[in-house]
Amino acid sequence: MAITLAPLPFAQDALAPIISPETLQYHYGKHHQAYVNNLNKLIDGTPLAEKSLEEIILAAEGGVFNNAAQVWNHTFYWNGLKPGAGEPQGKLLELIQRDFGNVAKLKEELAAAATTQFGSGWAWLVLDDGKLKVVKTGNADLPLKHGQTALWTIDVWEHAYYIDYRNERPKYTQQVLDNLLNWDFAAANLAKSA
Amino acid sequence: MDTSRRDFLMTAGGIAIAGGVLGSTLSAQAADAPAAAVEHKLPELPYAYDALEPYIDAQTMTLHHDKHHAGYVKNLNAAEAALEKARAANDFALVQHWSKQVAFNGAGVSLHNLFWTIMAPNGKGGGGQPAGKLLEKITQDFGSFDAFKAQFSAAAASVEAAGWAALHYRKEDGRLLVLQIENHQKLTPWGVTPLLVLDVWEHAYYLKYQNKRPDYITAWWNVVNWEQVQANLEAAAK
Repeated sequence: MAITLAPLPFAQDALAPIISPETLQYHYGKHHQAYVNNLNKLIDGTPLAEKSLEEIILAAEGGVFNNAAQVWNHTFYWNGLKPGAGEPQGKLLELIQRDFGNVAKLKEELAAAATTQFGSGWAWLVLDDGKLKVVKTGNADLPLKHGQTALWTIDVWEHAYYIDYRNERPKYTQQVLDNLLNWDFAAANLAKSA
Repeated sequence: MDTSRRDFLMTAGGIAIAGGVLGSTLSAQAADAPAAAVEHKLPELPYAYDALEPYIDAQTMTLHHDKHHAGYVKNLNAAEAALEKARAANDFALVQHWSKQVAFNGAGVSLHNLFWTIMAPNGKGGGGQPAGKLLEKITQDFGSFDAFKAQFSAAAASVEAAGWAALHYRKEDGRLLVLQIENHQKLTPWGVTPLLVLDVWEHAYYLKYQNKRPDYITAWWNVVNWEQVQANLEAAAK
């Protein structure tokens, strides 16, 4: 059973001007698609071909892991983006207040993690042993591999922002945090983990 | 001290300037306090921003040199200053933090310094094939120039995420090695000297080539400055 590219949960122009249709055309249409294609080539005819994406991520290392993790990371990233996403509420807000003090403080930590990641990678809001934390991972690495539950992520590979922001990773990060952070998605991931 | 001097020599690209600094560093060392770190400087490109067109575009060169390379220089200087303070305060958690910053940014500075010099405009020092001793050595260690080129290109194309392909000289056994570098500092053994490096961070090619890294690599061979690579080999083998 081949791994498939999940459809984008929004139109290609829905995130403009924060993330342009041109960026999505490459990022989703080329990069994300390439990870799917590469993964299918690598697992075709092996026992992994029958496994779920998560099972592959947990079982694999090297190229298979990199491609599988990047398929997962990107789908997760797209779902965490939504224009005009409002503010967190309910249980998620409670935990943010408990573990970070307030929403602004959480955003500061996410921005710091995103901007200080050396080279390519991801910054995450995770649930780790019942506690909310901000972590960063390099290249394709992801919380699932470390026993943590991912609630939200931002991609800081240069291809995520170079067309729209050039070298200005902090600006891209701030724009996404302030305008596209899909709190409903983070809350849904929190609810699922309970 | 040796490392910062060497970086500075590469950065300044001038023995006369370095000689002056060396003198002042030594006199500072006569006192009890350790010598202050030498400030790293961003070297100018050895050609115009648009000189490598159409293989590498002027906008990419401008951002790459003026923003990315400049950023590594700035961060290296800041990290070395902070590292010194952390050491003075015996704050070892901070020593670890700033050591990582020095390694990443320092390697970024050195590799970019080298990267600009091993390129030249096509037909004006860039492109073609190596000659003389360099060609002999490449043929000896890789079988042929084409075999080397294929290995180097494959290394560049398959660097995981951000990094470099490098042709190193290893003095211990006198061999040339093609290796990958992740970020600026990982996967590199000790005792090798980079002679030829290709930046495959996405910032090096994304504006012109987007996701098509192999097209960028193919184009890049047209601006390789083989004379400089030969000079690098001679210096490394001395």
